[in-house]
Amino acid sequence: MKAKSKKLTNLLLTILQTYAREIGCDTCFEHLDRYVEMTLAGKDASAVMPLVYRHLQTCPACREEYEALLKVLKRS
Amino acid sequence: MTDERTNDLWLRDLEGQPSPQALTDLRERLLRGLRYALKQRYHITESDIEDFVQDALVKILDNLDTFRGESRFLTWAHKIAIRVAFSELRRKRWENVSLQDLVPETLGSDSADASPLAWLPSDQVSPEQDVTQQNLRALLAQLIQEELTDLQRQALIAVAIKGMPLEEVARRMDTNRNALYKLLHDARKRLKQQLEAHGVTVEEFMGTFSAEK
Repeated sequence: MKAKSKKLTNLLLTILQTYAREIGCDTCFEHLDRYVEMTLAGKDASAVMPLVYRHLQTCPACREEYEALLKVLKRS
Repeated sequence: MTDERTNDLWLRDLEGQPSPQALTDLRERLLRGLRYALKQRYHITESDIEDFVQDALVKILDNLDTFRGESRFLTWAHKIAIRVAFSELRRKRWENVSLQDLVPETLGSDSADASPLAWLPSDQVSPEQDVTQQNLRALLAQLIQEELTDLQRQALIAVAIKGMPLEEVARRMDTNRNALYKLLHDARKRLKQQLEAHGVTVEEFMGTFSAEK
């Protein structure tokens, strides 16, 4: 898929997968440390904290920070 | 380096008048963490990382009472350091870009360049893909134009199409990242409702676009 049409596809998918209830960046940040530790422990963090999971699918900035935290903790 | 401090020990050593050894240990751990998290970013210097850690340490000490003990203390501290570093990197990367450069306020005027269609990405696609994709593109452009408030439209285009980070759009709109996320959530809910009213669902959409992959 070409880059631009992928961007359009992603935008449409993000819109179509919008939930009535979503948490904002602040709430996601509050739970992020626990979410990452659960992920690293091999637990299904997305099932335990679905609202955090959904937020990370939708918010590029929070996802970037989640991935960085995961990377740091995997190493330590 | 003290690797085995418990959460209680970290809190005891950092609350009030912090122990110099605990501060040194925490600083070292955060430096190592950020060096690793940012090592693919060649423009970042050791001095930048030290500045990020310094700012993070201040935040951590100021917010010790918000640590709820639901994770290891160091996980919580790394989370704050990463937020500090990435926020600053985003700010620097976008500091010379104005919202008006990305999203003209005249969307929808008579000028062809100002049409919202101009702001939705498009590629040359095959004739078979063309009809469906262009129809969806036109529908989405129309909905963005007609169903969103000016603020919602400006934020959606800046974030979702132009790729400006939420906090940078928020800074320019004189709001914060959390409030902007909520504004965009309302915009997405409205667009989803309207797309579904036009018969566009996730299932149908996935079917239409799967042929492109």
